[in-house]
Amino acid sequence: MSTPREEAVPFEAARPIQLARPQRRHLAIAAFVVAALLLPLAAQSFITFQLTLVMVYGLAILGLNLLTGFNGQFSLGHSAFYGIGAYTAAILMDRWDLPYFCTLPAAGAVCFAVGFLFGLPALRLQGIYLALATFALAIAMPQILKFDPLEGLTGGVQGISILKPDPPFGMPIDADQWLYYFTLAVILVMFAGAASLAHSRTGRAMMAIRDNPIAAAAMGINTALYKSLTFGVSALYTGVAGALGAIAVQFVAPDSFSYLLSVSLLVGLVVGGVGSIPGSLFGGVFVLFVPNLAERVSTGLAGAIYGVILLIVIFVMPSGAAGFARLTIGRLTGSRQPRP
Amino acid sequence: MELLLQQVMAGLATGAIYACMALAVVMIYQAIDHLNFAQGEMAMFSTFVAWQLIEWGQPYWLAFVLSIALSFVGGVAIERILFRPLHRAPVLSNLVSFIALFGILNSAAGFIWDFNVKTFPTPFGTRPLFGSALIDTHEAGMIGVTLLMLLLLYGFFRGTRLGLAMRAAAENPESARLVGIRVGWMTALGWGMAAAIGAVAGMLIAPVVFLEPNMMGGVLLYGFAGAVLGGLTSPGGAVIGGFAVGVIENLAGAFIPYVGRELKLTIALVLIVAVLMVRPSGLFGRTVVSRV
Repeated sequence: MSTPREEAVPFEAARPIQLARPQRRHLAIAAFVVAALLLPLAAQSFITFQLTLVMVYGLAILGLNLLTGFNGQFSLGHSAFYGIGAYTAAILMDRWDLPYFCTLPAAGAVCFAVGFLFGLPALRLQGIYLALATFALAIAMPQILKFDPLEGLTGGVQGISILKPDPPFGMPIDADQWLYYFTLAVILVMFAGAASLAHSRTGRAMMAIRDNPIAAAAMGINTALYKSLTFGVSALYTGVAGALGAIAVQFVAPDSFSYLLSVSLLVGLVVGGVGSIPGSLFGGVFVLFVPNLAERVSTGLAGAIYGVILLIVIFVMPSGAAGFARLTIGRLTGSRQPRP
Repeated sequence: MELLLQQVMAGLATGAIYACMALAVVMIYQAIDHLNFAQGEMAMFSTFVAWQLIEWGQPYWLAFVLSIALSFVGGVAIERILFRPLHRAPVLSNLVSFIALFGILNSAAGFIWDFNVKTFPTPFGTRPLFGSALIDTHEAGMIGVTLLMLLLLYGFFRGTRLGLAMRAAAENPESARLVGIRVGWMTALGWGMAAAIGAVAGMLIAPVVFLEPNMMGGVLLYGFAGAVLGGLTSPGGAVIGGFAVGVIENLAGAFIPYVGRELKLTIALVLIVAVLMVRPSGLFGRTVVSRV
């Protein structure tokens, strides 16, 4: 096997952010932004719509990444936060007639509160046990959304349909393009926020807890507070993604937010790279396009083809696209030897 | 009172299914230290193999034994081919490989045997046991086989050199290697045994839930819940946990008014999480103490 050998770190993550080469990083980000701005002008509107969804999933995966990659906590419950965000947006737009951009902060706030509160009992659980607890949340969410007494609010099994926002100020673009640019603006802000969080004192506290909770506590970090805060922030990111997703798809229904969504987010997280902020976006690409690709190769064996592609990806890049990119760049420039 | 007894017995009967699965889950957890998401699909695949053998005219017990043997070989092969190269990769990468395996087995079974629901024979019959309506012979047989497997496993792990070697390899791979245990093969053996136990579980469950590629979805979930409730380090605890989940689920459905029926799965899971709050390593699990 020519697989790069990795140290067996439980959460292979965050060789923290390379501060040494800021110029190259800035250049890459600028190139990405320019490409992202130009793309919808050339692409068909369906492609534009799909790219919007890629960004939405990327943002949701970033939320999971903050929790798992930077804080070492595990969650199979992020479909629930995504769903809460989506429903918050849909209810505010449909029942209360709020404009779509107002729903994002609301979805974020609601999810932050739910995530923070969920993070408190989660403090006692680790690893597999935490996975089961969060999984319970993921299982419960569609059932709660379908629950009869709440039907007036959630629309029950039928869900809620919402209208696609029109571009403002008579801009000469169509609704899909406008939504794309709106989403792009939101995720640029959110990704920048995540990056600066990771560089901050708080971010270092989060990573210290991930690497060694006891040493972190000994250094005076309030581990309980930071762990539940991280849960809240992580839920906030995923919730905002849910709200954006609801606006883009124009529809929410309980079964869109089953535990399978959590599994997709987890796959995206690992494929993109645990603990890598740009990797999350790559995870979004994988999660959106690869199942469709598998479906196109063979309808009957779509699951198997998806599985095989996933296995190949894991074999070639055991620590995700981010780890792979790091190794490749390191090899090309000779600045970092991957093997000792 | 009549209703309570009836519901408890019905709960034990479904609990036997979960207990079977929980036992398989714990086995593989002991061998490889990860929860195997593809466990249910492996069991489903083994059951299909048995079904195919019976379709080809083999007697039930021959198909039963052959399917267990093939599953064992299959489990070892999966470990050698897929997971051996990944044993140094991060935990989450392993987890995602399980998800991939899940997709492959599920879709391959659907492709080979299609998605139509099939009946699977039971060797125990389905008459009511002792003339009572509470439990039938298949359910009793299922409980019996689960307890028998538990006993055999206990004997194997406590009483044989190989069992001791497997426990050592799981507990402390470095030291085990130093005393001459082939840790890699112990892991493969663990996979094989888990696959074989899964095959037994699948063949016992199939007459109740019927055979189709998605038959294990719900069962695996409850099996995990049972295993975690009982404690992932304790096979006996897992079996008790599995039975407990079955009973809780049934009682919640019958006795909690209004929300019970719709939310019984949620209630069962919330209850389990509540137990974990108090005992974070499960009811019978060892608390893992690590040296700083």
